[in-house]
Amino acid sequence: MLEYILKRTAGAIISLFVVITLIFVLLRLMPMEGYFGAEYDKLSEEVRASMLAEKGLDQPIYVQLFNFYKSLFQGDLGKSWIYRPNYPIVKILEKKIPYSLKIGVISMIFSLIVGIPLGAVMARFKGKFADKLGTAFIAIVEALPTAVLMLFLQLFFSSWFNLSLLFDKNNYATWVLPIFSISLLSICSYAMWMRRYMIDNINMDYVKLARAKGVSGSRIMFRHVFKNAFVPMAQFLPGSVLSTIIGSIYIEHLYSIPGTGSLLIDVIQLQDNTMVQALVLIYAAIGIAGMFLGDVLMALIDPRISFVKKGDDR
Amino acid sequence: MADKKKKLLFNRQMRRIDELDQHIQEGLALEQADKELPMYDAADYTAEQIAAIDPKWFEPHGFNEQDAERTAYSNYSYWASTFKNFWRNRAARILIVALIAIIAFAFIQPLLPNQHDPVTINNDPETGMHLRNLAPCSEYWFGTNAIGQDLWARVWAGTRTSIIIGLVVALSDLIFGVIIGMAWGYVRSLDKALTEIYNVISNIPQTLILILVSYILRPSMTTIIISMCMVGWMAMARFIRNQVVIFRDRDYNLASRCLGSSTLRIVVKNLLPQMVSVIMLQTSLAIPGAIGDEVFLTYIGLGIPTSQASLGNLVEAGRVLMMDSTLRYQLVFPAAVVAFITIAFYIIGNAFSDAADPKNHV
Repeated sequence: MLEYILKRTAGAIISLFVVITLIFVLLRLMPMEGYFGAEYDKLSEEVRASMLAEKGLDQPIYVQLFNFYKSLFQGDLGKSWIYRPNYPIVKILEKKIPYSLKIGVISMIFSLIVGIPLGAVMARFKGKFADKLGTAFIAIVEALPTAVLMLFLQLFFSSWFNLSLLFDKNNYATWVLPIFSISLLSICSYAMWMRRYMIDNINMDYVKLARAKGVSGSRIMFRHVFKNAFVPMAQFLPGSVLSTIIGSIYIEHLYSIPGTGSLLIDVIQLQDNTMVQALVLIYAAIGIAGMFLGDVLMALIDPRISFVKKGDDR
Repeated sequence: MADKKKKLLFNRQMRRIDELDQHIQEGLALEQADKELPMYDAADYTAEQIAAIDPKWFEPHGFNEQDAERTAYSNYSYWASTFKNFWRNRAARILIVALIAIIAFAFIQPLLPNQHDPVTINNDPETGMHLRNLAPCSEYWFGTNAIGQDLWARVWAGTRTSIIIGLVVALSDLIFGVIIGMAWGYVRSLDKALTEIYNVISNIPQTLILILVSYILRPSMTTIIISMCMVGWMAMARFIRNQVVIFRDRDYNLASRCLGSSTLRIVVKNLLPQMVSVIMLQTSLAIPGAIGDEVFLTYIGLGIPTSQASLGNLVEAGRVLMMDSTLRYQLVFPAAVVAFITIAFYIIGNAFSDAADPKNHV
């Protein structure tokens, strides 16, 4: 196992390297006009050239790449170009990440607590009233386009329950709606997949054996079926926890939460290359770690799963 | 009371004993009848009589594998019974008919008489002004939008665009996702390479790809489809891969490997049927998912240009007007189509997945 973990880590570092280099090259393909903002037409040739030189964009691409890696290995993510000119990226993220992280983690815990049991109950009473009710709930939530649903929740719930329309970090009542809105969608997807995996397991032989032994229905469901059904869900869990720092775009726009939600999209559109590189580096590291931890978690929960080569190969 | 109950129980027990007794008697009678049948013994026959028997009766028949299997043959077919089971679900049956009707109508609509063009800006013939934000009426069934285009025609044109996007993307997700996911999960030598490829591709922001693609090509349905296909297969592949990882080392696969089954056979015959339900649900969610993605892309300003109607840009245009109750119809109509398509695919996909378990078929 240790050897496997070391190999995966080495692979992850190579992937991270490739992603960063690829992003660096792709960003250099972006149109030059983008770097000057709205005042492009008003600037003279000399000013433009000096602005490019200031960002190091006049050098050949391999020199830029070398400089980028040199500062990266010194632990410096660099300074923002356009999003907040000459402001250290680490400081920008330091302020933004806690909001997205807190809201994301709370809503994830909430949706796991509600969604997984909901799916389990739906599977337990498949085709009965509880299943139909749950299916109707999921269908309605999934049916509306997310942007519309979120806006609807914000406008109508805030007036029905007298909640504030906008987010305020000191007033915890304003945290309720954003968290609830994020949770609603993930509750549905957890419930939907939990139901699916449990129903796929219900007809397995081990369930029949347990029933023949005289184990009660609920005990079979929650001790045996549930455990087996949870394995494929577990692969996504670490990734989802980690990627809560990426934030939710719709929610953060609607409630004016100063989180990371649309940061990546904004800085790509602003062509703030250093910011894009820093964010992609962080997000990619999270994504890769999530994938890896998911595999480990899956192997821990289900001892039949093994990632280590055991003699036979295919 | 208790006494009566006891009597009743006793009665039942006695009746059962009677039944059993009758059964035994029948069996004994059958056995007796069997004994009375004539018995044949070689000692009763003369040598001539034995020689007269046709020698073909003593030739070995030989072994034919197909004939041997014949007793085990039944006309069970997995897909046929899955469809039969699926068709028994009334809600799914109604929705699939309605869905086909809606999709067919979206493609037939421009051929019908008296239809407006989805991009023409309609002017009032008397004043020459744009017919802006006209509420639904007999001429413009769903009203007109902010620049006077017919919403009825736009909604159907948008449905066409979005359905094409959804189907193409879902099909490509299904094909590439399943093939790559299977290889990724099962073939150990590919595992490492594919994991790293996944890690690289899934971490390139789609926004960046879209901006670069639209910088080279003009943003259109094709660029949206291309970028969605480039990203979409990964979710499916990861899904399939996780399922394969769970099942690949189970005993039946080990047995199959010991019997010398090829990798392809194990994947297609042992693993794939195990995952039909998950694949079906994921695919049926991919179609509304693609429509939702398109709404999202419009939201961040990278969607299909408004000159080509799509459910994405119609919903986004309507969302902006949501607060004005007189203009809310501009959101309601496209959102209703999106909602219907999503619900229909979700319920059909779920019903199909429920029907896909062969243990429910008999």
